[in-house]
Amino acid sequence: MITLSHYLVVSGMLFALGLAGVIARRNILIIYMCLEMMLSAANLALVAFSRFRVTPEGLPDYAAQSLVFFTITVAAAEVAVGLAIIVALFRAKQSVDVESVSKLQG
Amino acid sequence: MPTEQTAPTLPTLLLLLPLFTALVILLGHKFLKGACVILSVASSVICFLVSLSMLGTVGEVWMPMLPFLEIGKLPLGLDALVDQQCRGMMFIVTSIGMVVHVFSMGYMKEDDAQPRFFGALSLFMFSMTGIVLAGNLVMMFLFWELVGLSSYLLIGHWFERPAAAEASKKAFLTNRIGDFGFMIGILMLFAVNHGDVRFLELKSSFESGNLHQLAQTQTTFMTVAALCIFMGAVGKSAQFPLHVWLPDAMEGPTPVSALIHAATMVAAGVYMLVRCSFLIEAAPAAAEIIAWIGGGTALMAALMATQQNDIKRVLAYSTLSQLGYMVMAVGLLALQVSHNTDTGPGHPAMFHLYTHAFFKAMLFLGAGAVIYSCHHEQDMWKMGGLAKHMPVTFVTFAIGTASLMGVPFITSGFYSKEAILGLAFEHGPTRALFWIGTLTAMLTAFYMTRLVVVAFFGKSRSDASHHAVEAPMVMVLPLIALAFATLISALPSVARLFQAMKYDHALPHHTVEICSITALLIGAVGAFMLYRGKEKDPLNIKLFARKFYFDEIYAVIVKVFQDGLAWMVTGLERIFVDGLVVRLPAWLAMRAGAAARLLQNGQLQSYTFLLGVGILVVIYLVVFVLPGSGH
Repeated sequence: MITLSHYLVVSGMLFALGLAGVIARRNILIIYMCLEMMLSAANLALVAFSRFRVTPEGLPDYAAQSLVFFTITVAAAEVAVGLAIIVALFRAKQSVDVESVSKLQG
Repeated sequence: MPTEQTAPTLPTLLLLLPLFTALVILLGHKFLKGACVILSVASSVICFLVSLSMLGTVGEVWMPMLPFLEIGKLPLGLDALVDQQCRGMMFIVTSIGMVVHVFSMGYMKEDDAQPRFFGALSLFMFSMTGIVLAGNLVMMFLFWELVGLSSYLLIGHWFERPAAAEASKKAFLTNRIGDFGFMIGILMLFAVNHGDVRFLELKSSFESGNLHQLAQTQTTFMTVAALCIFMGAVGKSAQFPLHVWLPDAMEGPTPVSALIHAATMVAAGVYMLVRCSFLIEAAPAAAEIIAWIGGGTALMAALMATQQNDIKRVLAYSTLSQLGYMVMAVGLLALQVSHNTDTGPGHPAMFHLYTHAFFKAMLFLGAGAVIYSCHHEQDMWKMGGLAKHMPVTFVTFAIGTASLMGVPFITSGFYSKEAILGLAFEHGPTRALFWIGTLTAMLTAFYMTRLVVVAFFGKSRSDASHHAVEAPMVMVLPLIALAFATLISALPSVARLFQAMKYDHALPHHTVEICSITALLIGAVGAFMLYRGKEKDPLNIKLFARKFYFDEIYAVIVKVFQDGLAWMVTGLERIFVDGLVVRLPAWLAMRAGAAARLLQNGQLQSYTFLLGVGILVVIYLVVFVLPGSGH
């Protein structure tokens, strides 16, 4: 029997993997993908909560699922902006290494 | 005989008229131009007539004029005390003021800044009448400062000459030292007499009130108060050690030297001391110091005068010396009063002030006429033979010289000097002061004879003096008027008008007379023999010519103290202001910034890591800490 806890553990692992990737990797595209993974972890948790919260009529609570659609939509827009920034950055620096973008150093 | 009381409007008029004139000249000199001169001279003439009419009245009147401050129940402000002393002094001030105004019309004819000059002269007349009228110490102090200001303006009239600008500054600053003491003295009296500094009230309090008892018990306090008040006179009357400003003040126009630095303002110190004599009498120790300072100044200045070559400077040192006589007389008389000796009416210091004012003003105006005719040549060794070219000036100058030397029986200076010497002889703490006075008299005769012989006799020693002609009428008439005043001022019938001034108690003491006449003869004959027909000074005493090196000593003192103080203040500033207040906080802020900068390393990963840690901390707090503490 798969319980809510199993889903939440998977979601937490996804999130932790994503965060570890963001912190550890140098390639900006990999960091970007890890970011997306963290978003997916959140989405998975939302859907799991939705599936396990049942109304008196025996139906799942759809509010969380509709929120996931919003998240995906916003993430798509964010990907468009983010990729554009990465392309611009690459044009300027000829590199996708985050080390080369350290101008904000105080 | 004068019987009526002084009408209260007269003193007010005397005070306001010169003020009004000065204001009109200040505001309207652009439009008035030459009329400024006429306005100022007219105002001085009216003042003279008013004070002449006041001289004919008697009685002691106290009149409030303008109260502007109230402390407790006591109004503080302008009030006039018109008594015999005031009337006499007022006559001296206004008469010499008038004469000098007229003389200036000639002397300053070619000056571009005539309105400024006459405006300042009117301002001076206003301030001086204020001092003379003053019924309380605070008013006297106010006008005291005002004469200091107008003196500053007039010494610095030719301010484009660096020497004049320096001299005016020196006079002002030196006077400031004395004024500071004067102010402290006033405040001390203010404190002990419950804020009442009116002369009459102070006097009665010293005679029979609470100050009388205080003077018995608190002798140190009274001595300090008297010496503080005396400090004001030391500054204004240029006594040792603040005498250095007066000779330098000769950089001003000569009429100014005659009016301010010979006859009136410098005598204001003596007048003030006489006004405050109740205080000095209550402090015999102070009176003795005053007498010694006066005597010391008289002798020292006379010594310096013997080696000066500038005709005005000789007169300036002689003024110092004569003021020393007056101050000595103030001290001696106070000493005598404090020993409960009856002194009779009059005050020898005021008597000498009165005679000295006329002949010294005349000597200065005579010197001014000489300087004018010699095209502003002041070195007497470049004059010579002027008696032929300028007979009237010579005669009046000779009368003034005779009076200053104290030629017996016919000159006014003789009587007043005798009065002081007699006082010193009979009542001095030691005979030393008498001998100092006699020695000074001898030196006076010496340097005045030297001046006359060198400047007026012999051959001309420069082109300027060779072509000198008699000064114009407007300058000669004042000389004649003052010569007349000099000759008659000691006549008993004239001096009686100045009752409070005529010192007729000390009977002519034969020893005194013999001594002073001998001194006169030695000095005059010695100088005549020594200087007759000489081309340059046969004597050369560096110490006297350099004025005992006082200027140099003061320069060193000022330098040492000022540099020391500046060094100390710089040190304190470097440590406290620069270091603790400015540098330390700046350094702390800088270090804090540097520490904070370490966090901003520009590494995306480390920012993210910190973000992650932050999120974890927030989650930890929300889940484990807050629920427990919140509920």
